[in-house]
Amino acid sequence: MTVGVVVFPGSNCDRDVRWALEGCLGGSIRFLWHEEHDLGGLDGVVIPGGFSYGDYLRCGAIARFSPVLDAVRDFAAAGGAVLGICNGFQILTEMGLLPGALTRNARLHFLCEATELTVEPGRCRWLQGYSTGECITLPIAHGEGRFQCDPAQLEELQSEGQVVLRYNDNPNGSVGDVAGLCNREGNVLGLMPHPERACDPRTGGIDGRRLLASLLA
Amino acid sequence: MPLFQARVQVSLRPSVLDPAGEATRSAAARLGIDGVRRLRIGKAIEVELEAEDAATASRQLELLSDRLLANPVIENWQVELLEGVAQREETLP
Repeated sequence: MTVGVVVFPGSNCDRDVRWALEGCLGGSIRFLWHEEHDLGGLDGVVIPGGFSYGDYLRCGAIARFSPVLDAVRDFAAAGGAVLGICNGFQILTEMGLLPGALTRNARLHFLCEATELTVEPGRCRWLQGYSTGECITLPIAHGEGRFQCDPAQLEELQSEGQVVLRYNDNPNGSVGDVAGLCNREGNVLGLMPHPERACDPRTGGIDGRRLLASLLA
Repeated sequence: MPLFQARVQVSLRPSVLDPAGEATRSAAARLGIDGVRRLRIGKAIEVELEAEDAATASRQLELLSDRLLANPVIENWQVELLEGVAQREETLP
């Protein structure tokens, strides 16, 4: 199984994802430079965290127009597994693959800490290794992670079971405590916390392992 | 082709919290100006655009604003096509 890891100018978690998938989980990855189109032979794609194109204009706004994401859009439409972490989640919302938007944390702080989350896997392909209502701890590291959508949209997301990860102690002011969202089909997941930083026991916890391992099974 | 000048005003939707605006408002109070009741931070984007005519320029500016300059989920935008069509200045050496 090979997973593609997108690399933009300004990505900074691409190598963390590689360490998690290869070093910790024994899988293999292929870096996808932002100008590439070819996703042949990949079993999943990860859009990692960082500051794509310097996060100019808005987080993810420029990245959305990159050639590699045209290919990722087709890959997702064909049912391929796509994971957006942090900046990757922001990009997925800018692309319209996931609804809503991510904007400045309510109290303006850049948050870099461990957070407790409740998992509601539903039909999300990436979360089948977790049980419903399970409590896990993953690190967050973001300044613009406050999920925002209108109340009707939030209600729809909740009733469709798309809010698959919720903060137990909402650190950034996200509506509905949303930490991670899945599309209706279950193949596209976006989340602000960093599962790739919770795979190596030396960094404090391994609650992210099952998420990334779901692709390698 | 004529060159059009425009200003695109991007503002957060009224329902969206603006923590940066709130922080700036509290700094205004520290400056001694206590009367600021509302302060919201947006962006003004200056654009020069070549297009066949004003109608085409407006249409392209609207597309640009809606799809790139603003995120309509959280932001409103307004295009102001500035008075007078500027001619491209070919003055660079």
